[in-house]
Amino acid sequence: MEDFCAKFVSQKISKTRWRPLPPGSLQTAETFATGSWDNEENYVSLWSIGDFGNVDSDGGFEGEHQLLCDIKHHGDVMDLQFFDQERIVTASSTGCVTVFLHHPNNQTLSVSQQWTTAHYHTGPGSPSRSNAPCTGVVCDNPEIVTVGEDGRINLFRADHKEAVRTIDNADSSTLHAVTFLRTPEILTVNSIGQLKIWDFRKQGNEPSQILSLTGDRVPLHCVDRHPNQQHVVATGGQDGMLSIWDVRQGTMPVSLLKAHEAEMWEVHFHPSNPDHLFTCSEDGSLWHWDASTDVPEKSSLFNQGVRSSTFLSHSISNQANVHQSLISSWLSTDPAKDRIEITSLLPSRTLSVNSLDVLGPCLVCGTDAEAIYVTRQLFS
Amino acid sequence: MEELDGEPTVTLIPGVNSKKKQMCFDWGPGEMLVCETTFNKKENSETVPGCPFIYIIRKDIDVYSQILRKLFNESHGIFVGLQRIEEELTGKSRKAQLVRVSKNYRSVIRACMEEMHQAAVAAKDPASGRQFSSQVSILSAMELIWNLCEILFIEVAPAGPLLLHLLDWVRLHVCEVDSLLADVLGSENPSKHESFWNLPGNTQTLTELELKWQHWHEECERHLQDGTFASSPHLECLCKIMLGDEAALLEQKELLNNWYHFLVTRLLYSHPTVKPIDLHFYAQSSLDLFLGGESSPEPLDNILMAAFEFDIHQVIKECSIALSNWWFVAHLTDLLDHCKLLQSHNLYFGSNMREFLLLEYASGLFAHHSLWQLGVDYFDYCPELGRVSLELHIERIPLSTEQKALKVLRICEQRQMTEQVRSICKILAMKAVRNNRLGSALSWSIRAKDAAFATLVSDRFLRDYCERGCFSDLDLIDNLGPAMMLSDRLTFLGKYREFHRFYGEKRFFDAASLLLSLMTSQIAPRCFWVTLLTDALPLLEQKQVIFTTEQTYELMRCLEDLASGRPVQGEASAQRLQEDLENTKLEILRLALARNLARAIIKEGSLEGS
Repeated sequence: MEDFCAKFVSQKISKTRWRPLPPGSLQTAETFATGSWDNEENYVSLWSIGDFGNVDSDGGFEGEHQLLCDIKHHGDVMDLQFFDQERIVTASSTGCVTVFLHHPNNQTLSVSQQWTTAHYHTGPGSPSRSNAPCTGVVCDNPEIVTVGEDGRINLFRADHKEAVRTIDNADSSTLHAVTFLRTPEILTVNSIGQLKIWDFRKQGNEPSQILSLTGDRVPLHCVDRHPNQQHVVATGGQDGMLSIWDVRQGTMPVSLLKAHEAEMWEVHFHPSNPDHLFTCSEDGSLWHWDASTDVPEKSSLFNQGVRSSTFLSHSISNQANVHQSLISSWLSTDPAKDRIEITSLLPSRTLSVNSLDVLGPCLVCGTDAEAIYVTRQLFS
Repeated sequence: MEELDGEPTVTLIPGVNSKKKQMCFDWGPGEMLVCETTFNKKENSETVPGCPFIYIIRKDIDVYSQILRKLFNESHGIFVGLQRIEEELTGKSRKAQLVRVSKNYRSVIRACMEEMHQAAVAAKDPASGRQFSSQVSILSAMELIWNLCEILFIEVAPAGPLLLHLLDWVRLHVCEVDSLLADVLGSENPSKHESFWNLPGNTQTLTELELKWQHWHEECERHLQDGTFASSPHLECLCKIMLGDEAALLEQKELLNNWYHFLVTRLLYSHPTVKPIDLHFYAQSSLDLFLGGESSPEPLDNILMAAFEFDIHQVIKECSIALSNWWFVAHLTDLLDHCKLLQSHNLYFGSNMREFLLLEYASGLFAHHSLWQLGVDYFDYCPELGRVSLELHIERIPLSTEQKALKVLRICEQRQMTEQVRSICKILAMKAVRNNRLGSALSWSIRAKDAAFATLVSDRFLRDYCERGCFSDLDLIDNLGPAMMLSDRLTFLGKYREFHRFYGEKRFFDAASLLLSLMTSQIAPRCFWVTLLTDALPLLEQKQVIFTTEQTYELMRCLEDLASGRPVQGEASAQRLQEDLENTKLEILRLALARNLARAIIKEGSLEGS
């Protein structure tokens, strides 16, 4: 099945992200960035995956990922995103947001911009400002949005010294992750089980919508939006539960799927095959959720064997009425009809898998056992 | 007190003048704190500027090596895997599986050695190059010892295959250190003996093998006697070697790097069917012959000798002394314990040797800022003192971010360490309260199921409301969900907020009954009753009659309870209550209640529709 290449790298990996490919490019992913945590000196590193059929001169295994360059990072790397081809934005446990620039000609990284007091605490108990960890960052060139343990949301723009917009006390608990819905709207998740949608066009410090879990208000740790259908959102919680939400309707999740045995750290829809979802967790496993159906007798209209996500739907299979809106396979709520295939991808149980990223047929993940796993054959 | 096993090393502290000043120190789990004192032995007339630093002294620097970290991580995976398959290991496959685990460990050591070697070659300055090289030789020695232990203790090779394994062992270690010379010696012999041993099928018994070898040996001897090789001194020397002539072998001392190479070569040509229990005779004599009285045995030699003598405890003891880090002895002892080779050898504080070593190793890991996560699994597999050690260590991990705290909490929860969960959550909740993150504080107290703290947080909310007249963090209070049941105060908070919502939505009847139930069900704190009664005023003043007569009587009773200052449940601030009520509120309330009562009586007394 999938062929994983593991490498021990002497630092606990908190985040891994593929470098985005230029639009319209036919290449596969080649480079990824990692951030470390819990070290006296943390690093942001860039790696390149080996070429097939090349045995490098060091005698390393062909296909093993190699370090291109790295740079010291002050504090734990709490989140990491590629801003564009050359720039990486990181969120630090010191409350600082940094933009790193990669120089391909001499393979070095340098600090391009920094907002050092993006997140801080002020409270009756702390007379002066004290640093608060910045927990999440998301970019949409030229904007950068960050959230932190201080419940604050910042909107930065590259090359602007100060924050363009700050929402203080947006949340009374910790904001764990943030994602863009439509460009002026963002969605945050917090540690009392709520999703909040914020619209930057509006003034004021109130969210435009609040959705929350039913039952126990378990903290939510990660969120990802469906690549094509912007109202479908997946979140992962502290109890390892995967929830799928439709933000247009209602305030409760559409489906709850019992998944991992411990905190789910990241959830990702596959960017080009959104019927595939990937989650990783503190329990040391990485799961591949396959909601695509390949049932030829059902949908005769789409019997070309093409796995195109926007066309697959279970409930319209019996109808010839194609005007019905295309329903995402994630939102269908009939568990009997919709069987989601779940596979555990990593070869053996390990310490927590903190982060994963998918791009095309490639997947990279990093663990607390100080190892990075890469595969280039996700859908073989 | 037992005798010292070795000379203690002296470490100089930079900046501290140990001649003039005294130092003080304190032990930590893996480190020592040292600093200078102002107490000096001489007269205190001279004021020498003191050293202002506190020093941390670590014995185990290996833990901080980048390359060795990979060793720790990979071997952790192997260790945990071994413990997990323990139950499934039965019968014949058990030995094969254990050998495989041993080979895994060794391959990890070798990979580390490779990388360290490359680092030594690529080192920019000679000092670090030397350091890397010395690490390489330490790792090489470790692999040498482990390999021998694998052959003798885990594989338990019988006579016959024993020699083959020993040959592999020597070839592996000689060839890598000194490839050129070893090729000369190593390749000549294999061509002679491999074909000899490469007999079809392994069904030959030991005696048959022995006979064949005798035959070949006699033939060699005959050749020597006949002077077949007299023309070439080299060939004659070779023939003598093949006969196992010790003198001839010793002449080639430079080619034989060490005494164990000498031993194995000697055995090959004189006693190829040596039995394991006889090994130590030949080992001792080989060592003596090889050293020839010129040098004394090194620690490595002693360890190998102890292994040949099948004295496992001595091997472990010597390794513990020679190596600076517990990694090697901990893992090797654990593996040997799985082979059921260690008697339960009780040490001074009651646990057996395996557990003692694992505890030491894991404690060393916990002293590291990052590798503590590995230590957890080691403690798990120490049945006697593991849990207690883990409980003590895990509370002392510094928690700089919530994410780290969550990982620590998950470790505690998985092992049902409820005390530690509570204490960690309490620390985090207090920090959150101090930073005014009341939602986070509540979230932590829910996780720990800490009702007392939830009450504290709710009190903070209520106090904020009283001061500001409005609720902060409505998103939290409106969405408490089942967590509301955690503490009475929290339930009250949620319900009180619900009352406000009802009022805002003009659901006056619902609001009224909720208000009343809040007062009569005793979950409202007494200090809040004034506020509640004041909240009732607008309801009493509405055009329509909202409170029934029963409800009005209840309200009046509550008011009079407050006014008379009857302490119902020992509330402390009765004095302040009195003062509060002293003002006009009391009069207004009484008037409003009386008016409502009147209207209610009339309404209830009238017929419907009139």
